Amino acid sequence: MTALIEAPIAAAERPTRPRDVFLPTGSRSTSRLAKLRKRLSWPLGIYTTPLAILVLWEILAETKILKPTYAPAPTSIAHTAVDLWNRGVLGPDLAVSLRRAAIGLALGLSVGVVIGVIGGLLRTGEYLFNGVVQIFNTIPLLAVLPVMIVWFGIDETPKILVIAFGAFVPMYLNLFAAIRGVDQRLIEMARTTGAGTWRLVTRVLVPGALPGFLVGLRFSLAYSILGLVAAETINADKGLGFMITQGETYLQTNQVYVGLVIYSILGLLADQIVRILERVLLRWRPSYEAS
Amino acid sequence: MTTAVQANATVEKVIRRFGERVVLDQLDLAIGHEELVVLLGPSGCGKSTLLRLLAGLDRPDGGRVEVPTKRAVVFQADRLLPWQRVVRNVSLGLRGPDATTKARHTLAEVGLAGRENAWPKQLSGGEAQRVALARALVSEPELVLLDEPFAALDAITRLRMHDLVRNLRRNHHAAMLLVTHDVDEAIALADRIVVMSAGRIGSSHDVTLSAADRESSIAREHLRAALLADLGLAVNH
Repeated sequence: MTALIEAPIAAAERPTRPRDVFLPTGSRSTSRLAKLRKRLSWPLGIYTTPLAILVLWEILAETKILKPTYAPAPTSIAHTAVDLWNRGVLGPDLAVSLRRAAIGLALGLSVGVVIGVIGGLLRTGEYLFNGVVQIFNTIPLLAVLPVMIVWFGIDETPKILVIAFGAFVPMYLNLFAAIRGVDQRLIEMARTTGAGTWRLVTRVLVPGALPGFLVGLRFSLAYSILGLVAAETINADKGLGFMITQGETYLQTNQVYVGLVIYSILGLLADQIVRILERVLLRWRPSYEAS
Repeated sequence: MTTAVQANATVEKVIRRFGERVVLDQLDLAIGHEELVVLLGPSGCGKSTLLRLLAGLDRPDGGRVEVPTKRAVVFQADRLLPWQRVVRNVSLGLRGPDATTKARHTLAEVGLAGRENAWPKQLSGGEAQRVALARALVSEPELVLLDEPFAALDAITRLRMHDLVRNLRRNHHAAMLLVTHDVDEAIALADRIVVMSAGRIGSSHDVTLSAADRESSIAREHLRAALLADLGLAVNH
C-alpha cells in the first residue's frame, strides 16, 4: 500500500532528472535538405582523401613548386602512360609481368593449398611440412632472390619461383592454422551424426577453414606482387620492373611513376578479388560486409 | 532393474577418472527400448561424462558400455554448422538421394517448415535447438542422448520444447537419455528418473503419472520432494 502513496511524489520529481528519448531514425525524420547535405558531404566515401591528394599534387606540379623530375603532375603521368602504350612499350611489358604473376601465383597457391590441407588434416602432414615452412617463413622474400639467380640464372624461372615462394608460405601457414582452428565441438558433433570422413572434410573442415584461407589468399597476393617487383627490378630485360629501372636510368621520372601506378592498380585489383570472394563464400557470416 | 537382454543401452560397472578424481565409480545403468530416462544431478556430478561415454565420444577407464550403433546426440549448445543452411545441417549424417526430403520432413515435424533455407545465425535459440533435435532424429536412431538440451532456453521456450519432445516420441520409437539439472523438466518428460550421487546412480523413480498429473498433483509434489531429498536439497518444514 505504501507504494501507492509514494507513487505521485515520484512522478512529481521525475522532470528534474535528465532523460533520454529515442525516436526512429528513418528517412521520415530527416528533411530532404538534410539528406542532400548528407550525400554531398562525403560523395566519394573512402576515395575522398586519395582524390584530394591527387588534386593538390596536380596544383603543386602545375605551379612548379614540385619539380617534374621529382614528381610529375598526375596528368603528365597519364599522358606518358598513353604515350608508352601507343609506342608499344607498356602493353608488352605489362603482359610479361602479368604472365609472371599468374604463373607464379598459380604455382605457389596450388602447392600451398595442397600441402596446407594435408598438413592441416593429418598429423603426419604436420610433421612433414610444418617445420620446413616455419623456417621458410623466417627468410625474407627478397633474400631468396640471389639464391634463385645463382640456381636458375636470369631468365623467367627465378622470377616465377620468387613469386611462387611469396604466395606459397602465407597460404600454407594460414590454411594450416585455419583447418586446425575449426571448432572441435563441431567436429565432435559431425561424428555423432554418423557423417563419414569425406563429409567431415567437405562440410565441416573445408568450409570452416574458408575465412582463414581467404586471409592467406590476401597475404599471398600481396607477397607475390612484392616478389614480382623485386624480381623484375633487380634483373630483367622486359616487364614493368624493367620499365621502371629504365626510366630511373634515363631520368624519365614519368615512366617510373607509370610503373608505380600500375603496381598499385594491380594491388587494388587483387584486394577487390578477395573481397568479392569473401562476399560470395562467406555469405553465412552476418559480419561479412564489415571485413 | 531392466534385464540386459531387453535393454537398449547398458552401462556396467563403468569407471571414469580425470587425474586423481573419480567421476564415475562402478556405475550401472540400463535403458529399456523406447524408454525415456532422465538423469538428474547437480552440475559437475558426472552426468555429461556418462552421456559422452554412451555417445562414444569418450572411453571408460573400467567396466563396459553397450549402445546401439544407430544413436544420436543433442548437445547443450545447438552446434549447428554456421556455413550450411538449415536443411543441410539436418542432412549432415544422411546418405542417398532422399536425404534432403527426409531432412525437410523432420524439420516440418519440429515445426520449422519454411525455414529450410535459413542460415543458422538467423534462427532464434529455440529454433536452433529444434534444428539440432531434427538433426538427431532424422536418421531414425535407436538411442537419442540429450545433454541438457534446453538449459540455455528461456522458460517459455523450454515448456514448448517439452511439448515437442512428447509429440516426437509418438512417431520416433527411440530410447532417450536426457541429462538435466532441472527437477521440473525431469518430472515433465521422464518415464524414469535416476539421480546421480557420488559417481553412481543413487536412486531411481519410475514416473507413471498422466500428463495432467505431471503438471500439478499431489503425487507430483511427493515425487518432487523425493527428488529434491535425493539431491540433498530437502527442506526442513
